[in-house]
Amino acid sequence: MIPNLDNLPVYDTAGVNERIARFCSRSIKSNSKLEGLRLALSMVDLTTLEGKDTTGKVKQICYKAMHPHDSLKNIPTVAAVCVYPAQVANAVNALKGSGIQVASVATAFPSGQSSLEVKLLDTKFAVDQGANEIDMVISRGQFLAGNYQYVFDEIVAVKKVCGQAHLKVILETGELDTLDNVRKASELAIYAGADFIKTSTGKIQPAATMQVTYVMLDAIKDYYIKTGKMIGMKPAGGISTSKIALQYLVMLNEVLGEKWMNKNYFRFGASSLVNDILMQLVKAETGNYQSSNYFSKD
Amino acid sequence: MQKKAENKMFKASWAYDEAPESTNHIQLKKQYDLYIDGKFTKPVKGQYFDTIDPSTNEKIASVAEATSEDIDKAVEAAKKAFVGWSKLSGKERGKYIFRIARLIQERAREFAVIESLDGGKPIRESRDIDIPLAANHFFYYAGWADKLAYAFPNRSPKPIGVVGQIIPWNFPLLMAAWKLAPALATGNTIVLKPAETTPLTALKLAEIIHESGLPKGVVNIVTGAGETGAAIVNHPNVDKIAFTGSTNVGKYIQKAIAGTHKKLTLELGGKGANIIFEDAAIDQAVEGIINAIFFNQGHVCCAGSRLFVQESVAKLVIDKLKIRMETLIVGNPLDKNTDIGAINSKKQLQTIENYIKIGLNEGSEIYQADCKLPAKGNWCAPTLFLNVSQSHRIVQEEIFGPVLAIQTFRTIDEVIEKANNTPYGLSAGVWTQNGAKIFHLTQKLKAGVVWANTFNKFDPTSPFGGTNESGFGREGGLHGLKPYVKFD
Repeated sequence: MIPNLDNLPVYDTAGVNERIARFCSRSIKSNSKLEGLRLALSMVDLTTLEGKDTTGKVKQICYKAMHPHDSLKNIPTVAAVCVYPAQVANAVNALKGSGIQVASVATAFPSGQSSLEVKLLDTKFAVDQGANEIDMVISRGQFLAGNYQYVFDEIVAVKKVCGQAHLKVILETGELDTLDNVRKASELAIYAGADFIKTSTGKIQPAATMQVTYVMLDAIKDYYIKTGKMIGMKPAGGISTSKIALQYLVMLNEVLGEKWMNKNYFRFGASSLVNDILMQLVKAETGNYQSSNYFSKD
Repeated sequence: MQKKAENKMFKASWAYDEAPESTNHIQLKKQYDLYIDGKFTKPVKGQYFDTIDPSTNEKIASVAEATSEDIDKAVEAAKKAFVGWSKLSGKERGKYIFRIARLIQERAREFAVIESLDGGKPIRESRDIDIPLAANHFFYYAGWADKLAYAFPNRSPKPIGVVGQIIPWNFPLLMAAWKLAPALATGNTIVLKPAETTPLTALKLAEIIHESGLPKGVVNIVTGAGETGAAIVNHPNVDKIAFTGSTNVGKYIQKAIAGTHKKLTLELGGKGANIIFEDAAIDQAVEGIINAIFFNQGHVCCAGSRLFVQESVAKLVIDKLKIRMETLIVGNPLDKNTDIGAINSKKQLQTIENYIKIGLNEGSEIYQADCKLPAKGNWCAPTLFLNVSQSHRIVQEEIFGPVLAIQTFRTIDEVIEKANNTPYGLSAGVWTQNGAKIFHLTQKLKAGVVWANTFNKFDPTSPFGGTNESGFGREGGLHGLKPYVKFD
């Protein structure tokens, strides 16, 4: 049933910014930094979402997912590869046996401006093709118009079609305007059955910010206190450097803590982040920063 | 009572490696003398005392103990210097003050490390708050130096003369800046005494003042404890006393100078009310509680040490506060990740521990964050007291440590009455998303500063000071000039 949205916590932007400044001023050094970088790498949903994606490109990115940088030992693979539904079968094939998940965007991604039937078919197609994770978008227009029941029902319907596949619900926070709206949308998504809540499609600016991620983590926290159920979090878009990724992990560490510090409950939707993490890991091993040409760009 | 384990359900697992700020760039002498008449001078009686690092209780340096003979010399030097300094044009005075501000900025890192070393506050605070704010105070008042006629139109403000300034140990450099900058801008000369547990940054400031070329005798910095302070207060040639510290000493000073020509400003203790309404942004309010009471280990005269939470959200706020407290990092003040540093002195730690005992004896429920405290040094875990009332001593008296007394309330009138039911009147905080409520409260609360949806924020342009037993006179802003001028 749709949760009560009248009595939700509200957020004070200045206060949220202040808290975030504190996370960003944590000094992450030596072993804790390496630990953080490896963890961040293992949490990446390596993403390519372009009209020009080809079978070849997706195959390459899948290889990168499995072999981020073979000259480095003891590094994890990424968590998942994220593609459009049309590329799912291709990715499933390329990643066979690797343990890496295949995530697919669905529901008329990125705008969600279509009918429920089309969205459900879109989802069903991705699941049938073998996607283990579905990244759906909410209907922001309906949300902003106040039709929360519509948004809620839509997520419930998509969740049903997902079956065994994990559902990540994209709020597209860049279109929601206020932190209070982000909290409201998080609440709708969580109560409608989301396994993960996700900030953005990456197609709208701003994409993920620490502010909206903080509010979403707070919603996850409150839900856990209330029900004991853990929901995952995925900031996506704009997280392109190790430094930013580590700041997100500091926030995760200090807001939700231990239980969430793994790829089952936290993901980064990113692409260029991977090479930046690798560059830092190589630097830690060799003492030198290498040129970006030493890292494969797939 | 909530089980302790529940507060740890979000316990952080990723332990950050030590990230201590390096100390190899700081220059400290083994022994510091008195800065009198533009020279570092040995104390007449040749006595020195140790200043120690409260996080280890190890000695950092020995510092001269000024006796009344030294104070005579300092006041004499200031009196002589007043003749030239008070006649210098505002524009020229401003140049010196600007120079001091820039020199502090240039050496900010060194100042920050010494401040944390000598006083125990986390480097995050000395680096991001104390030192930049101190420089900003000098910048701000440097700007006023040649505009005094506009600050007091048609009243021809004149400097008072020799000013005796006595500052506390909680914000050593910042309090020195609050006192020195407006006094210099208005053309006074100064004898300043830092607290005996934290003299080092003031002595480093003496080096900077020397470097700035400020005429000799304009600023004299003398170190020592209570007796040194008393010698300044009682000196017949001192024309004004500015004191920040405890209410008891403030009362002593007021008695001591009664019947003399001396002017006085006092910034004393406090027991700030921090009020959380049910319509507040709760998560940010919880952060606000943390900032209000655990900032600088609670060694803050304007700390929000009395928390009032509206009953309907009391459980929520207190549960969230406990969960949040588990993530606070207490430890080495020089580590960049430290949230709460060392208690400033053994004596202060005893005071705090004594109040915790009193709280327990009064039957209050205690909650302390489960944090590892270092073996050496002076430490106190962040502490809450629940189930307290206005009649508890821990609610009435200033503890000056990381100890928060929590009460609940039902109506606005009730909380206003309770918040004002204190001999102090320095600060208060209001947390609500309702603007009208904020304005209602700011009018009714008897406190020098009322923060809305934030706490412990300072700015050179904003006046600061108290009412009732929290003192009188303002520091900061245009108002901060007034205690240092007289009118025809």
